[in-house]
Amino acid sequence: MGLDFSVVPPFAGALFTGALWTIAITVSAAILSFFGGIVFAVIALYAPRIIRLPFRLFAWLFMGTPLLLQLFLIYFGLIQIGIDLPAFVAGVIGLGLHYTVYNSDIIQSGILAVDKGQYEGARTLGLSRMQTLRKIIVPQAVRSVIPPIGNNMIALLKDSALVSVIGVAELTLSSQMAISRTFRPFEFYVAAAACYYVINLGLEAGLRRIERRIQLAR
Amino acid sequence: MDTDLMIRIFPFFLKAAWVTIQLSLLSGAMGLMCGALGAAARLSRSPALRFIGATYVSVIRGTPALIQVFILYFGGPQVGIQLEAFEAGVLALGFNIGAYMTETMRGAIISVDRGQNEAARTLGLSRFETFRSVTLPQALRLMIRPLGVNINALIKGTALVAAISVVELTYTAQRYIGSTYKPFEMFLLAGLLYMAIIYVTGLGVNWLDRRAALK
Repeated sequence: MGLDFSVVPPFAGALFTGALWTIAITVSAAILSFFGGIVFAVIALYAPRIIRLPFRLFAWLFMGTPLLLQLFLIYFGLIQIGIDLPAFVAGVIGLGLHYTVYNSDIIQSGILAVDKGQYEGARTLGLSRMQTLRKIIVPQAVRSVIPPIGNNMIALLKDSALVSVIGVAELTLSSQMAISRTFRPFEFYVAAAACYYVINLGLEAGLRRIERRIQLAR
Repeated sequence: MDTDLMIRIFPFFLKAAWVTIQLSLLSGAMGLMCGALGAAARLSRSPALRFIGATYVSVIRGTPALIQVFILYFGGPQVGIQLEAFEAGVLALGFNIGAYMTETMRGAIISVDRGQNEAARTLGLSRFETFRSVTLPQALRLMIRPLGVNINALIKGTALVAAISVVELTYTAQRYIGSTYKPFEMFLLAGLLYMAIIYVTGLGVNWLDRRAALK
């Protein structure tokens, strides 16, 4: 059976819808993991030990295990305790939590790298601990760690393919549906790979712009 | 938590962990080979080889590993490549991590001080001799830790081949989640085994790093 890429165009619409879902999942999980990462980082650094410990344990478990396994845990685990989430939401939570842990690691080092004088200065000016964190420390820390967080977002885009296994009809699952009708796996997976590649290029270009902006703002 | 169940099915998870270890070792070895070839291509004097190296890195790192596994396993037969799931998994994972290792190795090689290269050439060593006995030994020392990070990602990445039904840890966990309805216990069993594998690998990387360190 030779290759025949002319089977792909009739399914272009379905693939395009799938690509939109991939983008939607990536953006939602990216936002969740960005803010989650900040919250996690602050808790890991400043919260009392009793709160910090469970977060540490969670981070340790999520850093040391595969994302696919975590997706199974969240999707099937939530159903078991009576929460029947749509696959899309479960996928966003799984991807988001996974990258929350990775982002938190980066943001922690960013927070620690902010000059101590900034903290002391803000406290001297009468800001509370919380205000100092929120208005002085975290903004500076986040700005300095945008490039490595951007790398995580690129990894997140590619990992979004994994949520196809819990039944989210994103790009990968859309191409699988086309394959089950045409029996042309090679053509459709290559087409899906090309779509990911293009989305990836767009994401990289966007991240470069953000990085440049931040450098200008400094 | 149902510890009885966990103890009862632990042997099945151990067997699956052995498959995960085999996958990691084989695809890790293949990744190192692809990485070495890729780095050589990217640093070569020939523009054609440089282009091939850069395309390899860009395409593989720009698309999901899962799709690469699917192209090889499901798409392979269309172009005359018929592989067992395990073999397809090893090849696809190795080829994938090889692209990341290419960049790791290239980064280590180009961060060796230029003066070392110039001095060696001035002393009359050939380009190849310079690379072999001056640049490479120093670069190897620099690449141990970052390659360890790549291997760490690879071990977790082996979970992907559960999607083509290789009976490794994640597939086993998924199957037992389906039959026992105990997702948390199964996650814990598989998760701890993954972490044990990663921990032992980390010890190995530390040992190598210490041995290679300048005395």
